[in-house]
Amino acid sequence: MSAQLAQYLLTGLTVGAIYALVALGFAIIYNASHVINFAQGEFVMIGGMATVSLANAGLPLLVAIPVAVLTAAAVGVALAKFAVEPARGASVVTLIIITIGASILLRGLATLVWDKKLHALQPFSGDQPIAIAGATILPQSLWVLGVTLAIVLLLGWFFGRTLTGKAMLATSHNPLAAQLCGVNVRFVLLLSFGLSASLGAIAGILIAPITLTSWDVGVMLGLKGFAAAILGGLGSGTGAVVGGLLLGIAESLGAGYVSSAYKDAIAFVIILAVLFFKPSGLFGKKSAERV
Amino acid sequence: MNRSGFFRFMQRGLGLAAAVALAGAAYAQQEPIRIGAFLSVTGPAAFLGDPEQKTLEMYVEKLNAAGGVLGRKLQLVSYDSAGDAEKARTFAKRLIEQDKVDVIVGGSTTGETMAVVPLVEAAGIPFISLAGALVIIDPVKKWVFKTPHTDRMACERIFLDMRDRKLERIGLISGAGGFDKSMRAECLKVAPTYKVQIIADEAYGAGDTDMTAQLTKIKNTPGVQAVLNAGFGSGPAIVTKNFKQLAMNMPLYQSHGVASKEFIKLAGDAAEGVRLPAAAVLVAEQLPAGDKQKTVSVNYKKDYEARFKQDISTFGGHAHDGLMIAVEAMKRAGTTDKAKVRDAIENTKGFSGTGGVVNMSATDHMGLDLTHFRMLEVKKGNWTLVK
Repeated sequence: MSAQLAQYLLTGLTVGAIYALVALGFAIIYNASHVINFAQGEFVMIGGMATVSLANAGLPLLVAIPVAVLTAAAVGVALAKFAVEPARGASVVTLIIITIGASILLRGLATLVWDKKLHALQPFSGDQPIAIAGATILPQSLWVLGVTLAIVLLLGWFFGRTLTGKAMLATSHNPLAAQLCGVNVRFVLLLSFGLSASLGAIAGILIAPITLTSWDVGVMLGLKGFAAAILGGLGSGTGAVVGGLLLGIAESLGAGYVSSAYKDAIAFVIILAVLFFKPSGLFGKKSAERV
Repeated sequence: MNRSGFFRFMQRGLGLAAAVALAGAAYAQQEPIRIGAFLSVTGPAAFLGDPEQKTLEMYVEKLNAAGGVLGRKLQLVSYDSAGDAEKARTFAKRLIEQDKVDVIVGGSTTGETMAVVPLVEAAGIPFISLAGALVIIDPVKKWVFKTPHTDRMACERIFLDMRDRKLERIGLISGAGGFDKSMRAECLKVAPTYKVQIIADEAYGAGDTDMTAQLTKIKNTPGVQAVLNAGFGSGPAIVTKNFKQLAMNMPLYQSHGVASKEFIKLAGDAAEGVRLPAAAVLVAEQLPAGDKQKTVSVNYKKDYEARFKQDISTFGGHAHDGLMIAVEAMKRAGTTDKAKVRDAIENTKGFSGTGGVVNMSATDHMGLDLTHFRMLEVKKGNWTLVK
């Protein structure tokens, strides 16, 4: 029985770590522009698909992965530059609709650039399962957890210790004041999109060997990441990570102990519950005070 | 306009009309036989529709190069229904009312097929479906036929193999699609006949990316000796991967819904040892020399792989069989009259296709039996014939 529980927890943590990375992407862009970027899932897809196609073209993973991440970052910056920035001054709802349009466009482009098939990526270090407490975990899951941890620490350092990071934080609190203090707000916007796109792409690459990847893989992951961000509190980094992990574990336990057919419903029931009872999310006090 | 002017005008008009009518009659002789198709060329079931579309295109070309059918050329009118039943309905309507096709070969998925059944029944047009579920031909529908083996036959074939291997208690895991659900129900229904007990019954959603939770539940059910996965698409590939991850030391069976190289590619090493029932075409070269299906299977494989530089799947084979059954029926009927073609299709006897030897009747609109449903096992990344 405990081995069963351990298996559910390990599965939940792996999936949850990916949700956390996607949720972090939502948080960063939300902070910089108050836009909820619904194209976040497409960055996940671009990361996975680009890596697969580059790896199939014969590039070693060590080259393919950075190129894929940079590609996604470039797409993210382009999205900010050519779609979000020209619409400055438009209402947030308009901007959100623009990102929804962008996500449809990106999915369409992906089917043209690549194809509509499912693809598998080679695991980074074999696929011999490792036994832990009666449960088993793939080496790839350790990669997912390890890289997510490293990214969370890195982001903590970036926002807490570097000038650029602090400038981004300042912009999120009060864009006008930040601009008056000499922060280049437009640059912050571009940077936030580039950064979120990279995070999404990394998530997409890490998960591709486990779950396969295809042109429409971003839809569900994007929605789950959004649910995680809402659960943790929009705009909160800690919230995004905790929300992602909680959501992953809730899904896995739900599938194991309740009914596996309703796994996807769990995420959306959680969104509804949070919006009803604690609209600011678990860690989202700040944004509630700002009103 | 004076009277004689009007008369002359009428004369000229009538002459023109007669000329047009004559030209029309001459044209009708050259009028091609229209084969209608609606296939999931894109979308989640693209792995079905894509080879089906390619196969139909290729064989329509080949038949035309060989002089066509009944002295007329064939024309393929094909639409991409993208796995969407609603679209399938719209396109079928267009095929019937606008394109005025003579026969429909298509319907990659059960959902799309069933959405179209009422239309073809009302319009009275022969329809050969390429989808799996039993419900398409049971109860028998006057105008509806199909070429692939049914899901019930897949269950029966798998249970036969299990009985040979003395596997009596199994876990079932199935997806949320129409085919998945239908196959699950059929398996539950026929299991007692083969003395197989299904002691765990799990499900996963469409687009799910992790099934370890469900498989863990099956693994921890005491007494499970084998696992059967009813489903197609990405689900079975992930189930197979998760199955290996959990080190479940028991046989894993898949359905004929994954009978393409794509599955082995996606599941990788984890596919080793997986068994599934499938049409003979996948192991065309391994068939014994006297096998009735050997020639047709080897030829189809050669044609397809030479043309598209792509591994064959059984799905393209179903399209081949569907088209050929329709064409043979037209030849036997000597006309494209829909009712006569329908009767001729129903009287198809001893047709060797890639899926098996087809013997249709008024009560059986598929005409296949278990003898030509092969049990395959994945060995070293390839299909091998069991025994």
